[in-house]
Amino acid sequence: MTELVQLLTPDGRRTTSGSGPEAEYQAFVAEVTDDDLVGLLRDMTVVRRLDDEGTALQRQGELSLWASLRGQEAAQVGSGRALEPADMAFPSYREHGVAWCRGVDPLKLFGLFRGTSLGAWDPAEHGFALYAIVVGSQTLHATGYAMGVARDGGEGAVISYFGDGASSEGDVNEAFGWASVFGAPLVFFCQNNQWAISEPYRRQSRVPIYQRARGFGFPSVRVDGNDVLATLAVTRWALRQARSGAGPVLVEALTYRINPHTTADDPSRYRPADELSTWRRRDPIDRLRTHLRARGVLTDELEASIAAEADSTAADLRARCLALPDPPGDALFDHVQVEENNLVAAERAAFVSLRGALL
Amino acid sequence: MAPTASASVRRTLTLAKALNTGLLEAMKADPKTVIMGEDVGKLGGVFRITDGLQELFGEERVIDTPLAESAIVGTAIGLAMRGFRPVCEIQFDGFVYPAFDQIVSQLAKLHYRSGGRIRLPVTIRIPYGGGIGAVEHHSESPEAYFCHTAGLRVVTCSSPADAHLMIQQAVASDDPVIFLEPKRRYWEKGEVDTTPLADLPADLRTDLGTSRVVRSGQDATLVAYGPMVRTCLDAADVATEEDGRSLEVIDLRSLSPLDLDPVVESTRRTGRLVAVHEAPSNVSLSSEIAARVTEQAFYHLESPVLRVTGFDTPYPPARLEDHYLPDVDRILDAVDRTFGY
Ligand SMILES: Cc1ncc(C[n+]2csc(CCOP(=O)(O)OP(=O)(O)O)c2C)c(N)n1
Ligand SMILES: [Mg+2]
Repeated sequence: MTELVQLLTPDGRRTTSGSGPEAEYQAFVAEVTDDDLVGLLRDMTVVRRLDDEGTALQRQGELSLWASLRGQEAAQVGSGRALEPADMAFPSYREHGVAWCRGVDPLKLFGLFRGTSLGAWDPAEHGFALYAIVVGSQTLHATGYAMGVARDGGEGAVISYFGDGASSEGDVNEAFGWASVFGAPLVFFCQNNQWAISEPYRRQSRVPIYQRARGFGFPSVRVDGNDVLATLAVTRWALRQARSGAGPVLVEALTYRINPHTTADDPSRYRPADELSTWRRRDPIDRLRTHLRARGVLTDELEASIAAEADSTAADLRARCLALPDPPGDALFDHVQVEENNLVAAERAAFVSLRGALL
Repeated sequence: MAPTASASVRRTLTLAKALNTGLLEAMKADPKTVIMGEDVGKLGGVFRITDGLQELFGEERVIDTPLAESAIVGTAIGLAMRGFRPVCEIQFDGFVYPAFDQIVSQLAKLHYRSGGRIRLPVTIRIPYGGGIGAVEHHSESPEAYFCHTAGLRVVTCSSPADAHLMIQQAVASDDPVIFLEPKRRYWEKGEVDTTPLADLPADLRTDLGTSRVVRSGQDATLVAYGPMVRTCLDAADVATEEDGRSLEVIDLRSLSPLDLDPVVESTRRTGRLVAVHEAPSNVSLSSEIAARVTEQAFYHLESPVLRVTGFDTPYPPARLEDHYLPDVDRILDAVDRTFGY
């Protein structure tokens, strides 16, 4: 077990492969080119811009809530870009960056928070399950899915995202046990953003999350979750482990929730301000930018073009979000079950006739 | 804004603040009372119902728990066996289900199993119901599950005055209580008698199980609880203005056990009863009310007991919730129909 894998230092220097914990993971990003790194920078920049748009739209009353990922862009893009098309991801509710990597139209995320749908994307099409708001529940779905992959002889691996707070839920601990004994091809990916709403990680456990895997009998690694390169490398390693039939792996990505838990939260009631400033200095996007600047890869023009792309993606998203219609009232009766339910059918008929009478 | 101790005075409070003040009284009344839940400490709960209480009573008595509902209830049972009086907060209705086993198979049954030796004075507070434009799992009405379980008391308040009184009664009860808080009404204000429970007359101290006529009328009866009491009162106003009908409104307050005597008595007078709740209708409180009132007031009924409820679908996305939730129009439509038989 390793302490903390870091391939880019906070001031943007590439760590060299040596004898440290990094050595094993360097190989997984040995072929990453400057262009690839620019791609990661672009992803993170766009994702942050979309996230800001979510916050802005909530303030303007266009979304009822937004759960910001700010600060977690590297953890999400690094792991999301490690996935292959055949892989399946099981998110919680904050994985907008992973959704981006899986090709989910961000409008569909916004629809959830606007209240026009409960989950508008097709999980099978994107290899990205619906958001899971009931904390921890998705880790069991991921475990079962991975058990299915193993039984089908499928190629893909499965990744399950969850938070530091979620690690206390029974479901998550049961998922650890099951995935372990069934050798499920599953990567448990914990974004330890230090907080579960107002509760710091020390309220969840006395040991670091990654160390908890040991008791369940599978390997784990802790990665600097604000280092996109290290997260990419470690997740690739973990997915390979899983695919190889070695069973599950736990990755703990150390990161930080820069914004309130959601737009409904007020962290000034519980969070020390100096902690925030410490983590702001570890900003994941600045880190990669500094690195690419120092290498002469990131020019002013390139940076401007990335910013312009982010802005136009956000502007387009905003326009489409504002145009999102409310579904027709009787849509609430759709898809309750596969087979028609006579009670629901009767209620729909009464609803339609009463609404008609009231109009 | 730390809560202040209150002598016997009438104050205008929001329902949320009334709960906060009631909890403060409960904490003062019994040093064995502990509050436990996610974010109940420094944050004061996501709805601030426990605001300021950790500051006053310390971390030993107002406990920020790890994120695990089954453990919140399961450990509350253990604490209760050790003589404590836990008040658990479940953050939202949709998150009580991980604790379902601990509630229905453990908490509800230990008194029975132990031949009455074990008492579990555990209160489980749950903000419930919709109407706040929330995301999934934050708007549900799970009361029927708990009413279906022997051994639990299930109560809900509809006004600040009741919030203040009933939370103290719930905590003082030696039986487990599911205490449902109508979250869409948290910010509504009303006058509250802040007399601590112990200083109230005996009949008021122990009336947790009683329903109440909250508006008198002659033409038809509406029975509701929690968030729908306000909606029924609004409907009654409209009925008076627009149809010249006088509707009686009854607030059940206790969902299990039910106190249906006032409902039966009222229905015998008006001949018409409409039961209203946000929860779906299938095997619900209104099913039970309709059955029992029909048994007890059959010869007085001018119409079948009608029901206005949420639909038998999952709670829909927020932009559709106004269609899902009973409103004045749907209630008055049902009242109209009771006159059509
Ligand atoms: C079962 C359940 N209990 C409570 C909640 C309310 N809730 C939503 S998010 C959250 C904290 C989650 O913290 P963590 O797992 O660290 O994820 P983060 O929000 O930090 O990404 C809580 C308590 C919930 N959604 N589900
Ligand atoms: Mg967290």
